[in-house]
Amino acid sequence: MSSSPATLFDKVWDSHVVRKIADGPDVLFIDRHFIHEVTSPVAFLGLETRGLKVMFPQKTFATADHNTPTINQHLPVQDPLSANQLRALEQNAGKYGISHWGLGNPKNGIVHVVGPENGITLPGMTIVCGDSHTSTHGAFGCIAFGIGTSEVEMVLSSQCIMQPKPKKMLIRVDGKLGKGVTPKDVVLYIISRLTAAGATGYFVEFAGEVFENMSMEGRMTVCNMSIEMGARGGMIAPDETTFNYIKGKDKAPTGAAWDKALAYWKTLKTDAGAKFDVENHYNAAEIEPMITYGTNPGMGIGITKHIPLAQQAGGSKATYEKALDYMGFHEDDAMLGKKVDYVFIGSCTNGRIEDFRAFASIVKDRKKADHVTAWIVPGSHIVEQQIKDEGILDILTAAGFQLRQPGCSACLAMNDDKIPAGKYAVSTSNRNFEGRQGPGARTLLASPLVAAAAAVTGVITDPRELL
Amino acid sequence: MAYDKFTVLKSSAVPMPIENVDTDQIIPARFLKATERKGFGDNLFRDWRYNSDNTPKKDFVLNNPIYSGEILVGGKNFGSGSSREHAAWAIYDYGFRCVVSSFFADIFKNNSLNIGILPVQVSPAFLDKIFRAIESDPKTELEVNLPDQTITILATGESEKFEINSYKKHNLMNGYDDIDYLQAMKEDIRVYAEKSIY
Repeated sequence: MSSSPATLFDKVWDSHVVRKIADGPDVLFIDRHFIHEVTSPVAFLGLETRGLKVMFPQKTFATADHNTPTINQHLPVQDPLSANQLRALEQNAGKYGISHWGLGNPKNGIVHVVGPENGITLPGMTIVCGDSHTSTHGAFGCIAFGIGTSEVEMVLSSQCIMQPKPKKMLIRVDGKLGKGVTPKDVVLYIISRLTAAGATGYFVEFAGEVFENMSMEGRMTVCNMSIEMGARGGMIAPDETTFNYIKGKDKAPTGAAWDKALAYWKTLKTDAGAKFDVENHYNAAEIEPMITYGTNPGMGIGITKHIPLAQQAGGSKATYEKALDYMGFHEDDAMLGKKVDYVFIGSCTNGRIEDFRAFASIVKDRKKADHVTAWIVPGSHIVEQQIKDEGILDILTAAGFQLRQPGCSACLAMNDDKIPAGKYAVSTSNRNFEGRQGPGARTLLASPLVAAAAAVTGVITDPRELL
Repeated sequence: MAYDKFTVLKSSAVPMPIENVDTDQIIPARFLKATERKGFGDNLFRDWRYNSDNTPKKDFVLNNPIYSGEILVGGKNFGSGSSREHAAWAIYDYGFRCVVSSFFADIFKNNSLNIGILPVQVSPAFLDKIFRAIESDPKTELEVNLPDQTITILATGESEKFEINSYKKHNLMNGYDDIDYLQAMKEDIRVYAEKSIY
């Protein structure tokens, strides 16, 4: 290891390089590999074609999430193609000796929710999964990112992938967040400033007062969406908040192993004087509850603002007009007061207990707007149980909402949870691409508070008025 | 999965001058349910290409017979979004071997290289020249020369160099993939794993 000041990212990356290839990628060792039913079957087929084995089956964890129903999970899965993928995951996991938390397993849930909540995700790890929101695990000081199916096959067969080392970007947010401003708003604000491609080629470290004061759930929301600014991933240095979260989790180290791990984890921070390729600094006081108005996550504004004019937005005018046309919006429209048809709370971005607490804080003693269809989907069975144990389910039920069962659900609309064409959905998920939540669906990304305000008023509403 | 070697590709090109073409447009999630790598080309750009009753949308470029070829030319930030390799499979399966843009999303670029599609990143000015050349003659040919790392508009002779690291270049020119390489270094990996704390 070099003695010159190093960033957190350098420390974790460099300690995982098995080989450097001249004018080529680094061969990077992977500590944890998550797999799910959609992007793994072809990788297992590849192994079979080549006659390869899984090198370290104990480092891979399988959970079913992308393609699972969120009602009646005890019944056979109706869609034969989905059922086939779920069966393939179960069979492949069984064949190669990989841990599998399938549908119905009490540990089942969205891969990026169950990894952290069971202590599989630990500081300083390299973590990959065939899913771009693997960046979530960066909240623990991990280098975590999404990979393609060919790379899933690489990790299964060799526990390594080949990646050029990304450049480094520091994003600092200092100051205090205002009332009703949540981690989701912080990250939507950053993406709106950087654009959806502004961090492409970089690995981001989030630092500053705002992240230091943030819960692990909040940090996961922020790191989750680092891919939406184009970054390979984003990470936050582990601290007491991190260690307290991990301690006592099912698969977390205990006893002497805990002490040893903790001593190592405490070294995982950027040294004074370490250099980043780019730095971006923002002021927390400038962030208000955010909402998106277009078809990529960079097209977001403060909820009280009007949709920018094409020339203010930057980029190609034709692309901008295509986006507004798809959304049925116009330049200079106010966002407040626009009618909402659907509300979705859930996903690997905002499907954790804190998100449902936030949602309930606004819904309490109010009623769901009659014309709004709301899908409330916990990120895992553990979250589902917390919702029940904390009395949140009673609040939801009294307000006219129903709780569904865990899964990715309407975030990517692979299962039956699809927003109909032309309808507006305020969604706590991560992407507002055309058709993301169903063909023709119009997505407005926002925090759980904004989603709750929309669910009870039926229109886009500033949640600060209801807090 | 093996792919054909890539050396020099001379072809007309399909223009898609839209920015931020994301992987949900390239292949929507509802078409990711296969357990084999087959037939993804049929659903390439599904919702831009077909109406909800499955009739082709006449104004979409893939449905316009005057455009064809093995090169797809897209606007800035091509391939953003999800890590689904299915997006690259769909492009390959449809018949493209090369995608040209002024900027690619990271994961899409990696996925493409891993399955034998060459992503060629050009300057915004050169991208503009390509779009204009295709606009004035839809049959205009581009030459993508991997050994020389150049892309040329044959009608005008205008040319630009592009970047690719020599490891990936060697792989593409020989039809190799990373798994072959990693299998050959398993002993080093085993030694590394011994000292890993996780």
